Amino acid sequence: MEKFISHTGTGIPLRRSNVDTDQIIPAVYLKRVTRSGFEDGLFAAWRNDPEFVLNKPEYAKASILVAGIDFGTGSSREHAVWALQNYGFKVVISSRFADIFRGNSLKGGLLTVILPQGEIEALWSAIEQDPAMQIAVDLEKKSVSYKDREIGFDLDDYTRWRLMEGLDDIGLTMRNLDAVENFEEKRAKFKPKTLPVLS
Amino acid sequence: MGKTLAEKVWEDHVVRRNAGEPDLLYIDLHLIHEVTSPQAFDGLRLSGRKVRRPDLTLATEDHNVPTLDIDKPIADPVSRLQVDTLRKNCQEFGVRIHSLGDVEQGIVHVVGPQLGLTQPGMTIVCGDSHTSTHGAFGALAFGIGTSEVEHVLATQTLPLAKPKTMAINVEGSLKPGVTSKDIILAIIAKISTGGGQGYVLEYRGSAIRALSMEARMTICNMSIEAGARAGLIAPDQTTFDYIQGRPHAPTGADWDAAVEYWKTLKSDDDAKFDKEIYLNADELSPFVTWGTNPGQGVPLNETVPNPESFDDPEERTAAQRALEYMDLDAGTPMKKIKVDTVFLGSCTNGRIEDLRAAAAIIKGKKVAENTRMMVVPGSARVRLQAESEGLDQIFLAAGAEWRSAGCSMCLGMNPDQLKPGERSASTSNRNFEGRQGKGGRTHLVSPLVAAATAIRGTLSSPADL
Repeated sequence: MEKFISHTGTGIPLRRSNVDTDQIIPAVYLKRVTRSGFEDGLFAAWRNDPEFVLNKPEYAKASILVAGIDFGTGSSREHAVWALQNYGFKVVISSRFADIFRGNSLKGGLLTVILPQGEIEALWSAIEQDPAMQIAVDLEKKSVSYKDREIGFDLDDYTRWRLMEGLDDIGLTMRNLDAVENFEEKRAKFKPKTLPVLS
Repeated sequence: MGKTLAEKVWEDHVVRRNAGEPDLLYIDLHLIHEVTSPQAFDGLRLSGRKVRRPDLTLATEDHNVPTLDIDKPIADPVSRLQVDTLRKNCQEFGVRIHSLGDVEQGIVHVVGPQLGLTQPGMTIVCGDSHTSTHGAFGALAFGIGTSEVEHVLATQTLPLAKPKTMAINVEGSLKPGVTSKDIILAIIAKISTGGGQGYVLEYRGSAIRALSMEARMTICNMSIEAGARAGLIAPDQTTFDYIQGRPHAPTGADWDAAVEYWKTLKSDDDAKFDKEIYLNADELSPFVTWGTNPGQGVPLNETVPNPESFDDPEERTAAQRALEYMDLDAGTPMKKIKVDTVFLGSCTNGRIEDLRAAAAIIKGKKVAENTRMMVVPGSARVRLQAESEGLDQIFLAAGAEWRSAGCSMCLGMNPDQLKPGERSASTSNRNFEGRQGKGGRTHLVSPLVAAATAIRGTLSSPADL
C-alpha cells in the first residue's frame, strides 16, 4: 500500500446524505475480478444527469470528495473504495461514515476524514465559491486546511501509523502467527468444521 | 460488572491484545461468494500465501447466478467469468464450494445455518454485509470488505476495534399478520440508517424470545440497515432445537459440551449496554418503506409522509429526493400504491417459513392482472423442501414464477432485475435507488404483505383480502 502522509488537491461538493454503496457503484459493475477499472461505475446512475457535480468541468480534477452525512451505507463491497480511488479520489470527508465502508477505505489507503457537519457545510460553500481552491489534508498533523482555516480531525494512532507507513494488515498479523497457533490449540473441540463434508 | 453477550463472544476470541492497537480476533467460520473474493485470492497468490484454514471456510455461488436454466452455462460472460474464477480459486486453495446445481447451493446466509455450521458463540464473517443474519444464533457475525477477506483467508483472524453495545428491547406479543420483518423495519425507522453505527445490537425481550429461528434471522439480517455491523440474539432452547441433527451440528459428548457452553451465552443481569432502545410489539402493524433507504418506512395503514413534516433539514431534503425518485406524492395512502412486481426471496425472507407463510395467503387465489410475482427460494434445499410440501404448485397455480435459488432480484447483478420506472414490493433488505435494477423503485415488505400485494396489485396486508 502507498504511504499516506499528506495530500493537497481541489474538492468536490457532494451535497447528499445517505450515499449508499449501491450509489457509489451499482451491483452490475461489480463483476470484474481485478482491482482496477471500477471508475466507470462510480456514481453510474447519477452521472447520467449532466447537472451532477461529477460532470461539471470545474470539478474535473478534484481529488477530495466532500459528502453529506452517512456516506457509504449498505453493502460491504470494497469496490466502492476502489471505484473512488480508480477515479482519482485520495480523500473523502463527511460528518459520518458507515462502519464497513470506513474500515475498507482505511485498509485500502483512501483516507476518510470525519468533520462536524458545520465544517462540511462551510467547506461546501468555500469549494462552490472557488472550485480551484486548494485543500490540504495532513495526516501528520491530523488536520484539514483551506484558505486561512485549519480544522483538526480524529483518527486512532494505530490506523494513522499504518497509513503513514503504508503497511498492510496481513503482513503485520503474519508476524504474530505464534499467538494464532496458541489460540487454535485451545479452541473447543465441538466447534464446527466445513471439511470433511458431512451430510 | 457483568458482560453483554457481544462482549462475551468477543472476549472468547481475542488472540492478541495490545494497548493502542485493535484486538486480533479469531474467526470461526469464513463464508465466501463469487463477488467479493476474486481480488482476495489474487492477493494470496501474489504474496505466495495459502488459505490458513480451508476447514473453516465455505464458498457458495449466489449473487450473480441466474435463477432460470441453471443447468446451462451462465449466459452473461462477465458473470460466468466471476463464477468460474471462484470455482478455480476454491480448487486451487482447497476450499469447499457449493456450485450452481449442487443441492447445498444457495444464498450464503441461508446455507450456513441450514448446514448447522452457524452455531452460538462463534465469530462468523463474509464479504457481504448481511452476514449479520447469523447473529440470530448468538454468534458475532458481520460483513467485511475484500481486504479483510484476504486477511481472514491468510490468517483466520481480523484486527478489529471493539464495538459499543446497544440493547433493543422488544416486549409484548405480535398481532396476527405482523412478523419479525415488521419489527426490524420499525426499529430502523425509529433509530435511522445511522443509528446503529459503531454498535453491536442485541435484540431482547419477550417478543424476540417468542420468534422462531428463521424469524430471528430476518431481524438480525437487517441490523446493517440500521448501520450496525452486527446484531445478535441470545441462544435458547429454540436455537438448540434448530441446530440439533443438522449435518455439522455437534453430536454425542460434543453436543453436551456445546450446549453447556451455549447456555452461558447471554448478557448478564448486571451488564451495562452503551445504549438501550424500547419497542412495544403489541403496537406494531405491518410496515412498509416509502423512500430510498430502509429507514424511510411507515405502517402500511398510513400515508406517504410530507417532507415538510421532518424537522431535520437533511432528512427533509432526503425525503424530497426520495419521493421524486419513487414518483410518489405526499399524503397518498400507502395502500393505494400499485406495484408491478412482487419479489419473495433473499437472505432476509427466502427461507421455508417465509414461503409457507406467503403460500398460505396465496393458496386458491390469483396474482393480480398486470402484476408479476417471483418466488425465489433462498437455497436449493429450501426449494426442494417447498416442492415436497406442494408450495411450488400453490404459487404456480396463482400465476407466480417459481425459480431456482440465488440472490436474484435483491440486487441488480443477475438477470432478475426491475426495468426503469418499475415498482416492486420486495421481501429483501434494501430499497436504495436502482438496487433492484437501474431506475427501479422498491418498497420493502414482509412475506405476508408481499403475498397480499401480489393478489390485490396494490400494497396490502392479508387483512385487506
